[in-house]
Formats: sequence, structure tokens, C-alpha cells
Amino acid sequence: MGRTRNYNGTRVTEVKKEKMMARTGADVVVEALLKEGVEVAFGYPGGAILDVFDRLYKAQDKFRFILVRHEQGAAHMADGYARATGKPGVCVVTSGPGATNTVTGIATAYMDSIPMVIISGQVPSYYIGNDAFQEADVTGITRPITKHNYLVKNVKDLPRVMKEAFYIARTGRPGPVLVDIAKDVQKAVCEEPYPETVDLPSYQPKYEGHINQIKKMAEAIKKSKRPVAYVGGGVILSNASEELYTFIKKTRIPVTMTLMGLGAYPSTEPESLHMLGMHGTRYANYAVQESDLLLAIGARFDDRVTGKLDGFAPHATIVHVDIDPTSIAKNVKVHIPVVGDVKDVLTKLNKIVEAPEIEEWRARIAEWKERYPLTYELRDDEIIAQEVIVAIGKLTHGEAIITTDVGQHQMWAAQFLPFTRPRRWITSGGLGTMGFGLPSAIGAQVGFPDQLVINISGDGGIQMVAQELATARINRLPVICVILNNAYLGMVRQWQELFYDKQYAMTCLERTVECALWCGGPGSECPGYIPDFVKLAEAHDCYGQRIRKREEIEPALKGAFERARKERRPCVLEFMVAREENVYPMVPAGARLDQMIDRLI
Amino acid sequence: MKHTISVLVRNQFGVLARVAGLFSGRGYNIDSLSVAETQDPQFSRMTIVSHGDEAVLEQIVKQLNKLIDVVKVTDYHDHDKDCVMRELALIKVHTTPQTRGEIMQIVNIFRAKVVDISPKTMMIEVTGPEAKLEALIEMLRPFGIKEMVQSGRVALSRK
Repeated sequence: MGRTRNYNGTRVTEVKKEKMMARTGADVVVEALLKEGVEVAFGYPGGAILDVFDRLYKAQDKFRFILVRHEQGAAHMADGYARATGKPGVCVVTSGPGATNTVTGIATAYMDSIPMVIISGQVPSYYIGNDAFQEADVTGITRPITKHNYLVKNVKDLPRVMKEAFYIARTGRPGPVLVDIAKDVQKAVCEEPYPETVDLPSYQPKYEGHINQIKKMAEAIKKSKRPVAYVGGGVILSNASEELYTFIKKTRIPVTMTLMGLGAYPSTEPESLHMLGMHGTRYANYAVQESDLLLAIGARFDDRVTGKLDGFAPHATIVHVDIDPTSIAKNVKVHIPVVGDVKDVLTKLNKIVEAPEIEEWRARIAEWKERYPLTYELRDDEIIAQEVIVAIGKLTHGEAIITTDVGQHQMWAAQFLPFTRPRRWITSGGLGTMGFGLPSAIGAQVGFPDQLVINISGDGGIQMVAQELATARINRLPVICVILNNAYLGMVRQWQELFYDKQYAMTCLERTVECALWCGGPGSECPGYIPDFVKLAEAHDCYGQRIRKREEIEPALKGAFERARKERRPCVLEFMVAREENVYPMVPAGARLDQMIDRLI
Repeated sequence: MKHTISVLVRNQFGVLARVAGLFSGRGYNIDSLSVAETQDPQFSRMTIVSHGDEAVLEQIVKQLNKLIDVVKVTDYHDHDKDCVMRELALIKVHTTPQTRGEIMQIVNIFRAKVVDISPKTMMIEVTGPEAKLEALIEMLRPFGIKEMVQSGRVALSRK
């Protein structure tokens, strides 16, 4: 006998059949989520995952479920949640289209080594291979974009597989793991207990850096005259920012960060050279090119970082610290490899390292910093994206969680925001996924309900995922969605301007069928932007505002921060920014890091 | 440079696809691949022949090791004395009453076997290192090879 409430609030007395229900595969999934400490899952139901959802529904008092509007959103939300909190993000989706919709999100997480567990339903095991309704070979499709994946066709395997999935996702170099569960397995009775430990002799991530290699590293540091530390997302994944801070303060070695590494070391400190690479600072790139010792820590020598490979850091002895042996010597020749967890390696290194004598080098870098700051030029008649980003930085001091899409706004955000701590900067680095910003902001907001979360998007990216405004509003996740609207796919347009004779092929988002076939560029003839983002916001019961003037920028941001906190609903701020504006400096594709181009002055 | 890579894997669903997908996805070459269960049915051994420069081969070994289902990877150079490498070929060669005797002699020299015979053809089975197979094939070519099939290489360490 139990007393409960009806949906309309009236009390009803309900006779509950207290019959012992057998534990099924679907129960095992829920049990796994609870035992692995999962607090929230993102997803979307469907035929082949009905049983799991049935059990999730019953367990709603134990953890939160966020119903999204598109499965790609679920994957990015789980990803954003994982990046912000450090805990694995979880998605639950159905077979076929449900699972394939998560593919972009899984690939995004894979490229940036984000721990995620994706649970997908699969058609009953006896239908697999028969082109059944909503069947897709999901383990086949996701094999190259997951750290590991499983197809569960026997319920006996399910507890072990769930345990392994979480273990593999969060250990070593983290990554997404997908578990595809046939529908009959979800229904089948399971007697196997949920294991306490995993037994995976073929998977033994190496955390401890070899002391001899660390000693070699310390010796190289001591001898160096022009050292630079180049740190990446591995420092953040390893939660090693404190150890990095100690190391840098002890040795006073200048430190530059990759896009993924921003926040690993405070950009406000004098040793910070900010970001390096294609749109990095001149001083960071010059420092790398002139260095005699490059300490790559939790970074992977991506082509956006190195520029032309055989001209990269030509004078440097290269030390590479990484937990993944495949990262080492993949793109560049490494002189001192150190395989291990960044945190462990830095902890050991800090005990033995001695500061090198680099006053001359530091002075040279200070001079570069003085001479080549990041700049932008304000315009009289319109606002530019950079000043909006600077205003966000000024009002938040690096305390807000900032997410982005991909393109110009992402690079400007990376260049002009202050980064003071890890896990506050959430961006798709490796895959470069448009549409990542809004759902990852929602995921981060789920992890930190009281934190200010700002998504910075372009007008292109936001339209790939705008439906998730509903998810944010319904779940009272008051993210701030900043849209920098230049009515272009700005970064692609920039490349067209610089390398394709200013032929803006299919990058104008204001263009309609009424426009001339070969238009002469933006002007008064332009038809007006579709959609109206303010109305779009209002249609989702979010606050919407359009900003055109410089003096409106800060009040609009402050107003939105306040409103989001009070009303607990998302705010969409559409900034109408200059249409043609470029990200500088820039290393053109195939050029060396020091061959940067800049705006014509 | 040719390498023979011996990969001990957990006998799991999809493991061959994982290994083959790794090679195709990362643009590595597979010259041959053979796979079967070991003495312990929990494990299979794959022997992969690949070529590429040293850096590529190093990456192949590391990437294989990174796969969750891979237990052990051993990389043998082409003339490694510490391991035995074998391939098998079935060769169907055109015969006439005049050439049959000569072909038999060649087969004997190579310690190969005649496994099937018909008025116009003879099928020869030969095992051995790659060079031996190549030499036999060259000797048989003038008689007219009608069809031929070769296995991938298998390799086992002497140690």
C-alpha cells in the first residue's frame, strides 16, 4: 500500500503490488549509472531503448535526466558536462537514427579526449543483420571515433561491460565509450552481480612517468637558455594545473597554451604567452621558433599548432610528456619522451628541477610581448566581435564558464578572454564542431547550476542546434547565448578573402534566392537576416535582445547575467557585428609559425 | 621496409574489424593478414605484414597496443633469425604428358606436394618462407599457372 499524488496534485491511494520483480538488463543499466556515481544523463527515448527508459523513469528521484531535442545535443551536453566537472558524461539514446545522431558528438569528444559513456539501444539480437526497423551497425559506425565500444548480445555480459565502459572512459587518456545493447538483452533477466573491479589485462594505462626520463628532463631544463613550455588539454584532463603552476613559478619558464590548454595556466600571469599556433600570439610563436628547449606537456603537436612541420621549433630539444604513447613522436621527432600522467610527472619533476638561467631570454620575450600585442581596430559605425568578447572578459574576469562554436568567434574568444583557471573554457578543438557551443553550455550548466555559463556562437553554428534552447528553458538552465552575427560563415569567408580572390562562395547566410547570382559583397541591397534570433529566443520562452551599438554592449551583458540568475531562463543576445573582419595574426596553411600575416596597417 | 607484426588479441566480437579499421583509417598498408585462434580459445593471433618507414612502423605498433583488445604486439624484421615465418600457396599449373615429369622434379626439389591432378592440370601445395614460394612460382610460370592462391604469413618466435 502506498500513498501518492496524481499529476494534477490530488491525492490518490494506490495499491502497489509489492511483488519482487526480477532484475533485468535495463535494471543493470540503471544500477551501473548509480554505482558509477552518475548524477545526470542526457538523451532521447525510442523503440529499442524503451526498457531502459522505463527503468530510468522509476529512478528519477536518484538522478537527473535531461530530455534533449536532438541526440547530437545530448552528446554535446554530456561532453560539456564532462569538460566542466571532470566526471564522465552519459547519454542514452535509441538504435539507428538515435545513435547515428550522436556520431558528431562522439567524434568531438574523441578528438579532445573527453570521458563519455554512450548507451544506445539496438534491435533485438535475433534481428541484428536483417536490416530491421531502425537498425544500424552502430558499433561499426562508431569504432573509429570511440576509445572502445561494445555490442551486448547476452545479458550475462552486461554488468561487466558497463563496469568496463566507465573504467575505460575515465582512465588513461580518457575518451568516449559506446555500449550498444540489444533490446532483448534489456528485457532478459540478469543474475550476474555488478562487478566491483575490472579485469582487463590488455588495458593497463601507464600513469607513472619513468624517473630516469624525468631526470633527463630536469637536466635539459637546467642547461637550457631559451626554454618554452607548450601545454595542452592533457594538463586539464589530468587536473595538473596546480603542479604546472608550481613548476612555472619555480623555473620561470615562459608558457604557451594550445586552444585546449587555455586555463591550464593563468593567462594573467607574466610567464603566460597565451595561445600559440595558427591564430596564436606572435610572441608565443616567436618564442617556440627561437627556443632551444620545448617542453610539450599534455599536448599533441596538432597541425594547427605546428604550422609547417619541418620548420617547427628548429633549434629545440623536444621533451614530450603524454599519457598516450601514440601521441609521442607521431608528428615530430621527440628527444626526451616521458610517458605518464602529467600530474605524476610534474609532481616528480618539481621535486628535482632547478631553475635555468634565462633572464636574457625572458627579457627578449617581454620585448616581443610589448611590441606585438594582440590588437583590433574599432570602427566608428558598427561594433566588431572582438569588443563584445573583451566586454565579456571584463565583466566575468575568467570566472564564468565559456563555451564556443567553431570559427572566428572561437579564435577571438581564445585571443581576448582572460583565462584564470581550468575547466572554464569549453571548446571543440580537435574536431572543430559547429553547433557545439549551446549544448555544451547546457551540459556545463547542469554540472554547475549556479555558475554563470556563457555560450559564444556565430550566427552559423547556433542554427545547427538552436532547438536546444527549448531544452535549456524547460530544464531551467539559464545559459547566456551570445550570437555574434556577421551574417557570414566568418572563418571560411576569411579564407575566401585571403586565398580565394574574395569569392564568397556559399558563406553568406543572409543571401536569399532573390540575390544576384554573383553578388559584389555586402551592402545596402542585402535582404535582411533570417531567422530573427530575438523572435527565435522568444518562441522558446527565452529572453532575446539585439544589440547594434557600442554603448549597449555592457548594459546588455550585465542585464542578461542578472536576468538569467533571477528568472532562471536562458538569454539570447544577438550582437550585429561588422560583416568583414578577420582573425589576426594568422599562420597561413603550410607556412612556418614565424611566417604570420597580420592586418594591413 | 617490410615488417611482420604478430598481434595477440582477445577473441572478442569485432576485433578483426578494429585492427583492419585501424590500418585503413590511419592509412597504413596491409600486405597480408592471417588470423586464427591460439591454443587458448580466449585469444587469437594475427600476423600482419606491413611496410612503411620506421616512424610509421613505430606508430603502427603503438596504435595496435592502444586497442583495448590487443594483449601483445611483436614486431619482427624481415630477416629476423629469432622467429619462424611461413606462407602457404596452392598453385594450379597447366600440364601435358611431356611436362608432367619435369614439374614433379621441381616439386620434389622444393619439397612441395602434389595435392590434385587431372589430365591437363596439377595442383601443388607449398609452404615455406616467402622467398621459397617466389622461387617455386618462378620455376612453374613457364608451364602456365592457371590459378593460384596464397595465404598470409604466419610467424612464431623461437624463444
